[in-house]
Amino acid sequence: MTDTFTKRTPHLARRHAREIRFQWLGKIAISIAVGFLLIMVGTISWMGAGALKQTQISLQVYLDPQEIDTSAVEKADYGAMVKTALRATFPEVKKRRDTRKLYKLLSSQAAFGLQRQIKENPDLIGQTKSVWFIASDDVDMFFKANITVDTNGNAGKLDEKQVQWLATLDKSGAVRSRFNTGFFLSGDSREPELAGILSAFAGTTLTLFVCFLLSFPIGILAAVYLEEFIPENRWSDLIEVNINNLAAVPSIVFGLLGLAVFLNAFDLPRSSPLVGGMVLALMTLPTIIIASRSALRSVPPSIREAALGIGATRTQMVFHHVAPLAMSGMLTGTIIGMARALGETAPLLMIGMVAFIVDTPTSILQPATALPVQIFLWADSPERGFLEKTSAAIIVLIAFLIAMNLIAIILRNKYRQRF
Amino acid sequence: MTLAVSTSVEPETQIDQVIVKASDINVFYGDKQALYTVSLHVPQNKVTALIGPSGCGKTTFLKCINRMNDLIDICRVEGEILVGDQDIYAPAVDVVALRAHIGMVFQKPNPFPKSIFDNVAYGLRIHNIATSKTELADRVESSLRSAALWEEVKDRLDQPGTSLSGGQQQRLCIARAIAIQPKIILMDEPASALDPIATAKIEELIDDLRQNYTIIIVTHSMQQAARVSQYTAFFHMGELVEHGKTKSIFTAPNDERTQNYITGRIG
Amino acid sequence: MTTHQRLSLTRTIPLRARVYETLVHLLLLTSSLVAVGVTIGIVFSLAFEAFEFFKRVPVEDFLFGLEWSPQTAIREDQVGAQGSFGAVPLITGTLLISAIAMIVATPLGLASAVYLSEYAGPRTRAVVKPVLEILAGIPTVVYGFFAALVIAPFIRMAGTSAGLEVASESALAAGLAMGIMIVPLISSLSDDVINAVPQALRDASYGLGATQSETIRKVILPAAISGIAGSLLLAASTAIGETMIVVMAAGLAANLSANPLEAVTTITVQIVSLLTGDQEFDSAKTLSAFALGLLLFFVTLALNVAAQRIVKHYREQYD
Repeated sequence: MTDTFTKRTPHLARRHAREIRFQWLGKIAISIAVGFLLIMVGTISWMGAGALKQTQISLQVYLDPQEIDTSAVEKADYGAMVKTALRATFPEVKKRRDTRKLYKLLSSQAAFGLQRQIKENPDLIGQTKSVWFIASDDVDMFFKANITVDTNGNAGKLDEKQVQWLATLDKSGAVRSRFNTGFFLSGDSREPELAGILSAFAGTTLTLFVCFLLSFPIGILAAVYLEEFIPENRWSDLIEVNINNLAAVPSIVFGLLGLAVFLNAFDLPRSSPLVGGMVLALMTLPTIIIASRSALRSVPPSIREAALGIGATRTQMVFHHVAPLAMSGMLTGTIIGMARALGETAPLLMIGMVAFIVDTPTSILQPATALPVQIFLWADSPERGFLEKTSAAIIVLIAFLIAMNLIAIILRNKYRQRF
Repeated sequence: MTLAVSTSVEPETQIDQVIVKASDINVFYGDKQALYTVSLHVPQNKVTALIGPSGCGKTTFLKCINRMNDLIDICRVEGEILVGDQDIYAPAVDVVALRAHIGMVFQKPNPFPKSIFDNVAYGLRIHNIATSKTELADRVESSLRSAALWEEVKDRLDQPGTSLSGGQQQRLCIARAIAIQPKIILMDEPASALDPIATAKIEELIDDLRQNYTIIIVTHSMQQAARVSQYTAFFHMGELVEHGKTKSIFTAPNDERTQNYITGRIG
Repeated sequence: MTTHQRLSLTRTIPLRARVYETLVHLLLLTSSLVAVGVTIGIVFSLAFEAFEFFKRVPVEDFLFGLEWSPQTAIREDQVGAQGSFGAVPLITGTLLISAIAMIVATPLGLASAVYLSEYAGPRTRAVVKPVLEILAGIPTVVYGFFAALVIAPFIRMAGTSAGLEVASESALAAGLAMGIMIVPLISSLSDDVINAVPQALRDASYGLGATQSETIRKVILPAAISGIAGSLLLAASTAIGETMIVVMAAGLAANLSANPLEAVTTITVQIVSLLTGDQEFDSAKTLSAFALGLLLFFVTLALNVAAQRIVKHYREQYD
């Protein structure tokens, strides 16, 4: 047996080759999953980065004192002033059809910006001032090079003439790209260049606030009862199975429940963060209960025995000794549950949080939308400009999610009990 | 085969052929040393018992012989173990081939959750030993016969191995090990989880197997070592204290520690 | 002191404290009943609306009908005013997309789980596991967006260049995205299941001279098979109930087809499209959404109960 342990018979060589192949299967599977994640996040980030920039066009505007009533500044026809300024910049454009094309270079809401400036600084009236206006969606896309000029000189919806005007403006330094504060500070809009996430963000915050107020106390109280008070019997088994199953019920079913019970039976306000938060709270409840129970279970029996041993009642033992020790675990579970609720879309669609919301909701009874629903709505819009808005909103949503998970991780590490 | 020449340690081993020759074995688990320069010659077709108190390193030494210690990341083995004339820690050694020649039976019976037949056939299949279905069946049968289990299970070979009693399960594991005809069988306290009757059967079986296999058995029970082994090695705190014929170790130990252990003062 | 002081062992807790204890008890009981109440609420609200629906459309027409075109009558006497409410094409569509997702996710999830639990070192695990958790944490609306924007056009392009006719909202695109979404679910559940296989079985196999992959394929996976089956059932239930990916990437029109390149619609897509926007609450069209919801609830419930039983049984086997 001189080489029994080293001789590679063909059969043995085949077995070792199979071993290597098998390991590669695992590596390939993981690479596919991780690769998909990288491609997805990469593509969306790349598409969304553009939304952080906004194209602006500068015009010389004559703030005609005859047009602006100093006592009611906001009533003046700023739209007309902007149009005049545009015609003044391109005096050669005469035809009605062409002037209309010219107007399309600016956002339809460009005049509001002018109005705001005058309101803040009425001294400007009577002067000719250089003002930066938000460019229209198509122009924005053109300068971000998302659309290119074809052989006919057209670029997307822009025709040859418009492209030439833009080139003239660009040459004279009247075009600039600025950080798009409007994306973070304004609500939804039909115009992609004006649409922002503030209203959806506020809606999400209010909804999660309601969700937290309901699910956290109910969740941990239920967990305390199930873990510390109820004797183990058929009923506790039933509740256990029930909670586990509830955690796996499709989210849309919770939406149906909300629609049938909260909206139709209780007549609560449709589209409101109140109802949204209630539905999400029901959905989050099982997650919180399961996490809180395992946090309670990790508190060693010695602490319970010590408390009971000095004459505490069961309630005192639980609320003075056990629950405080389990609190960080219960909070962590709640945040993880809320993070899941944050990304939920389907149940909110059911209770009407798909409305077109421009104004930022300030109470939980006002109609609102949520960030993931806003993403869904924008993803459905045909305009090219909404593509980058959708992607940017996704980035904001994911950043929100990561922040919540980080808080959970920090909490867990900071208050990790060392029993 | 080389003849034993370890005259200084144990002159009587000269009459037996040596199959395993371990020299200066040191084993570390991370920073902790578990074995200190252990050198041991194991004679062929004999039963060698490794005895000693818990944590003395006897199981660690056993697992060095078929390199099961390789499975523990932090474990490091120094020294040389020759099986026949091959160093099993040489870089060219294939542990898969090595373990096919050195079988192992564990402390707790661990049949696979498969049928009795498939349990025994497992090794034959992976090593491609049987060329036909009938040969496979024959080998399974002869292994079960050798393990003194055939009569008890011949009518229910398709039932799960886990349905057998503890003692039967352990004999099934022995049958599984001998099916691929190893040269050496390592046994790690094979009867410690069994009742006295099942233990007696296993001991009887070990005695029978000695004709064809070299057996190295770790045991907690000194009575068992006395009953089944011809040679005994006594380990204490990671050192091999004494090694020799079982009869002489038990009747006239050279070392005080051995004396203390077999009279029950340490352990 | 010579007289024995008698120890007071009877209740001396003041009344106020007793009332307090009782109130706390009640509060706790109410909280835990909320969880049970939700289940009852789901069943009753869905069943109630579905019952209203079945007054208008017979149950057998709903369960076995082959045509789905929910319409609201504009005039009472309109021909075909009731529309058709045969759920079969929705069920097949749901199953088709879920099957594609499972075909994608099962090998990927299992292979990842095996690699992570048996081969990967602690460092690889420390990196890969959180990445898979991120994959699981990304909202489904994001998967839906990506499926509609990138995967679907890509499949269409690839299919067209291969001479195949591919719908722009093919079942394949939605199924692929959904498959990736459930990979982490399968891999983490299977990882737990594989880790629960006793080390003794691995040792026995290595002791017989098996390679690691032989041990995995012939001992560990067969030993873990029921636990893995449980985790696959849970994944299937998630796929069937998933909404946003299919709403954004699958079709709207009912289509009785098993061709993954065609557009099919699903139960969840129809619930969303029936109930978004304004609706009158007594039309068969609106009520049908609740019948679909009830169907969805029972199917996923059955899968979950089965999965949990299997996994529980599996765990007891190796405890």
